[in-house]
Amino acid sequence: MFKIVAKEKLSDVIYRTVVEAPKIARKRKAGQFVVVKIDEQGERIPLTISDADPEAGTISIVFQTVGYTTKQLSTLKVGDHILDIAGPMGHPTPVKNYGTVVSIGGGLGTALGRPITEALYKAGNHVIAIISARNKSLVMFEEEMRKISHELLIATDDGSAGFKGFPTQLLQKLIDEGRKIDLVVCVGPVPLMAAVSKVTKPYSIKTIVSLNPIMVDATGMCGACRVTVGGVTRFGCVDGPEFDGHQVDYDELMKRLKTYTEREQEMNQRFAPHEAGFQEVKR
Amino acid sequence: MKDPTMCKEGHNLKKQKAPRQRMPEQDHHQRIKNFSEVPQGYTPELARLEASRCLQCKKPLCRAGCPVGIDIPAFIKLIAEGDYAGSARKLKEYNSLPAVCGRVCPQEDQCEKVCIVAKKFTSVAVGNLERFAADYERTNGAISIPELPEPSGYKVAVVGSGPAGLSAAGELVKKGHEVVIFEALHKAGGVLVYGIPEFRLPKAIVESEIEYLKKLGVKIELNSVIGKMETVDELLGNGFDAVFVATGAGLPLFMGIPGENLCGVYSANEYLTRVNLMKAYDNGHVTPILKKKRIAVIGGGNVAMDAARTALRMGTEEVYIVYRRSRTEMPARIEEVKHGEEEGLQFHLLTNPVRILGDEKGWVKALECTKMELGEPDASGRRRPVPVPNSEFLLDVDCVIIAIGTSAHPLIPMTTPGVKVNPKGNIIADEKNGQTTQEGVFAGGDIVTGAATVILAMGAGKQAAQAIDEYVRKKRPARTPAGSRRL
Repeated sequence: MFKIVAKEKLSDVIYRTVVEAPKIARKRKAGQFVVVKIDEQGERIPLTISDADPEAGTISIVFQTVGYTTKQLSTLKVGDHILDIAGPMGHPTPVKNYGTVVSIGGGLGTALGRPITEALYKAGNHVIAIISARNKSLVMFEEEMRKISHELLIATDDGSAGFKGFPTQLLQKLIDEGRKIDLVVCVGPVPLMAAVSKVTKPYSIKTIVSLNPIMVDATGMCGACRVTVGGVTRFGCVDGPEFDGHQVDYDELMKRLKTYTEREQEMNQRFAPHEAGFQEVKR
Repeated sequence: MKDPTMCKEGHNLKKQKAPRQRMPEQDHHQRIKNFSEVPQGYTPELARLEASRCLQCKKPLCRAGCPVGIDIPAFIKLIAEGDYAGSARKLKEYNSLPAVCGRVCPQEDQCEKVCIVAKKFTSVAVGNLERFAADYERTNGAISIPELPEPSGYKVAVVGSGPAGLSAAGELVKKGHEVVIFEALHKAGGVLVYGIPEFRLPKAIVESEIEYLKKLGVKIELNSVIGKMETVDELLGNGFDAVFVATGAGLPLFMGIPGENLCGVYSANEYLTRVNLMKAYDNGHVTPILKKKRIAVIGGGNVAMDAARTALRMGTEEVYIVYRRSRTEMPARIEEVKHGEEEGLQFHLLTNPVRILGDEKGWVKALECTKMELGEPDASGRRRPVPVPNSEFLLDVDCVIIAIGTSAHPLIPMTTPGVKVNPKGNIIADEKNGQTTQEGVFAGGDIVTGAATVILAMGAGKQAAQAIDEYVRKKRPARTPAGSRRL
């Protein structure tokens, strides 16, 4: 049993939950994730570890309510318990001083990529962070990202904050300006990771993406998380979650992520009565 | 003069006391609608009748045919005498999981294959009797906790809670050691809970075996991925005197044919894990599973049969077994094939899948196969299947389950530099005692042998426990842990 010690609602759909998991907190590195199963009837889902406090023995998870389990997780209060958490899973990010790193996050991806950006920042890289949202009110994690970057660029669809346009356009601009970029890290929705990889590929700029395929055990046992990378089948859970962005078959990943869409809709209806149970704890 | 009706031991093989007693089975029309066990077990009457067929050979061949050398005539004799609990105790001297092995051991290739009675009639139903004795003990509350020695002061970590890990833990705790099993999943039992379906091995039986170990004092740490949360070397540095690695052969193999990553293609491990471990068949559980109309299961082993029969129970209209050799080469147990056939599995033998075809949304719509014929024997001694020219055809399916085998789980070798593996990725360990290339680290079961049987893994666990006991006692003088009670 893993006790929830803090909880925060970050937006209509994004939450941060802090859980006691001392062994994972001690061991986890940037880029890794945990598998969470809320209760006896629950499913196992992978969630990125967005931060950890080894001394307090806690890990924090930032998540968006998309499916049944994340919605259920959003209803759990401080003092409640999560039945099963296993990790840290996956390979950590290969952190070193690359030179100049551009870190691109979209929506929730900004929070999920935050520990990676932080580690690269601490490793001495010059970090340019790009965060994006539809409009100014949806820009998230701005202050957190400012602390771990040398330059922070914002892109909004309507131009209400920062640049008007997509984060890929900002990235293209940096390239066009002749900025020397040694590494691009992108964590976010599949279309964003695909678009970023498309921008960097002609320039052969090393690009790391963190994939989020469907998983069951996440220990390499089931193969649900198969992704094609460079024409070869890899397991997202044990070979990833990070891969060379130029090699990933994003189209296949998108299709595979929709495997259980019908079931999700059915479960969403089932979840409705619980939604009144939301309780938030403000920091 | 040699009398052909007398065997070497002088048993008269001309007369048979009774025919081999069949276990009552759930009707196949009924059973494909539920996940309850197919064979229902012997009644005490049937068990005694069957036990009376054993000739009590002085040099029992069955015993030599058993990978863990169970004193088979002795436990059968106790059943014949009506001492069922005594029979179960006798079994447990050799085998810590008799209720499991009585169900899933390939007896027809082991003890029963060499039974003297089979020379003339059909062999004594050793497996059925083993199951009876173990079930009797469990369901009648006759399980006794053996007297345990004083705590030895040694501490052993067991990585993995499948058959090898459970049997090693049981043996080690009985020698007085403090034993902690680390299990990566949220439930203990390994392949017994994620792989083998409920209708072949009820999970309540596995749970009861695990409860028994806990009563003996074995601690089980769930959600503990060794290699990630803690490494083997860290365990050794954190107070464990030895580590037994029993992480199995859980990595699913794929064929490498086009279309394998389409939606609707499962590994058998994934399909079975969703149903068995995650209980996707029950709507009260959250884990989803695709419910398709026509499923092709590729492979001819027990796992293929398990997946296919599970698919039938999930309401699949047509379930095909696609296997590239013929029926005689099928590695699955005859009983499983027979049960599957009764339940309506359709066999496409001498059929090799070459491509999975998908629709524009990325879903399986057909399986392209080639007809095969048997050629010369290959390295395994089985006749090699060769494609029949121009025999390609399409099998109309909307889901494919790949059950062509599994390989060693790589996590421990990857994170334990001192532990060496062979080219197949299996840990190199001494056949007799499980010693790996690193001091203090032992290994056994499928992680060493590659995918094999429950009984072999169990036997390896038991042998390693013996070696670990000797190792820790030699390594440093015993000390009684603080706070432990001297009796």
